[in-house]
Amino acid sequence: MEHKDSPQGDLESTLKQSARQLVDSLEKGNFGEAVQLIHELNKARDRGLYHEVGKLTRELHNAIVNFQLDPRVPHATEVSQITDATERLNYVVTMTENAANKTMDLVEQSAPLLNELNDEAQSLSADWGRFMRREMSADGFRELAKRVESFLARSERDSAKLSGNMNDILLAQDFQDLTGQVIKRVTQLVTEVESNLLKLVIMASQVDQIAGIEHNHELLRAEQEQQKMPSSGEGPQIHADKRDDVASNQDDVDDLLSSLGF
Amino acid sequence: MKILIVDDFSTMRRIIKNLLRDLGFTNTAEADDGTTALPMLQSGSFDFLVTDWNMPGMTGIDLLRAVRADERLKTLPVLMVTAEAKRDQIIEAAQAGVNGYVVKPFTAQVLKEKIEKIFERVNG
Repeated sequence: MEHKDSPQGDLESTLKQSARQLVDSLEKGNFGEAVQLIHELNKARDRGLYHEVGKLTRELHNAIVNFQLDPRVPHATEVSQITDATERLNYVVTMTENAANKTMDLVEQSAPLLNELNDEAQSLSADWGRFMRREMSADGFRELAKRVESFLARSERDSAKLSGNMNDILLAQDFQDLTGQVIKRVTQLVTEVESNLLKLVIMASQVDQIAGIEHNHELLRAEQEQQKMPSSGEGPQIHADKRDDVASNQDDVDDLLSSLGF
Repeated sequence: MKILIVDDFSTMRRIIKNLLRDLGFTNTAEADDGTTALPMLQSGSFDFLVTDWNMPGMTGIDLLRAVRADERLKTLPVLMVTAEAKRDQIIEAAQAGVNGYVVKPFTAQVLKEKIEKIFERVNG
């Protein structure tokens, strides 16, 4: 930003100059001229203010164009980038949920197969032991041979099924690639929106400066802190291992609870 | 042993349900937030409550407080399984009378340990 030509620069130099003249006039007892000077000072301040408000309005307009929001058409068929980003994130939620459910379906299908194979193998193993120790009758052995035969057939069938399920579980993770791309694009948009908002804040602060408005930032921050309800929860903590006020794992939680007498 | 699982994400309810089944607890019911869970607890004979913290409607911490304030439910063992990991929150839950606190992501082993510990204390 060129400082010399900025309205603040103008305003500052006008202020300094006029202030000296004002003191001069007052000392000379020339009140008419003094009032005229005050009037001019006001005009200079207003000009600066209009200029800054104008700039702010233009920036706001640019920001609206950048966000592709059209305030005149609230139900435009062409969606804004923000709406688009919301839809993209919803897509991520759906994709991850589907993948999780698909994986759990397959695990739930596979677990009983494995359990049954294991049970049958244990039971056959016990009977095989009896046969080896010659504790089995000929009829008993014929029965055992039939069971072994059907177990082998079943093992073949079930392991093919299990291997298929494992493959499908692997494939169910393909969401990662797609959701990763979507999240990266939304992150990019958020960064753009942030930098546009920051520009607006800087513009607005220049208006504040000229209008002589001051904000008590500490008070504002304190008010915001108060509005945050800790009971409503914050969700997963990022960088938990680098923060003192956050338990970074279950051991931390257990330590904290035991220090409280749990 | 009848257990109520409260979480707003159906996948998480399903994971917990499966882990509980592996531990031998097959009698489970599900609710998606405190508002639906509380009437279920009040009308059904549940022996154990597993709840998330962050949920729309009524949160898990408010559900815990409601349970402790209810004359018939106040001794119900409550295990919190949540992503909320701020020390202040864990202390808040402890003060509200939680029986165990598991942070997500968690393992089957951790869930098993905490549940066993709670029953040891309840029965002992």
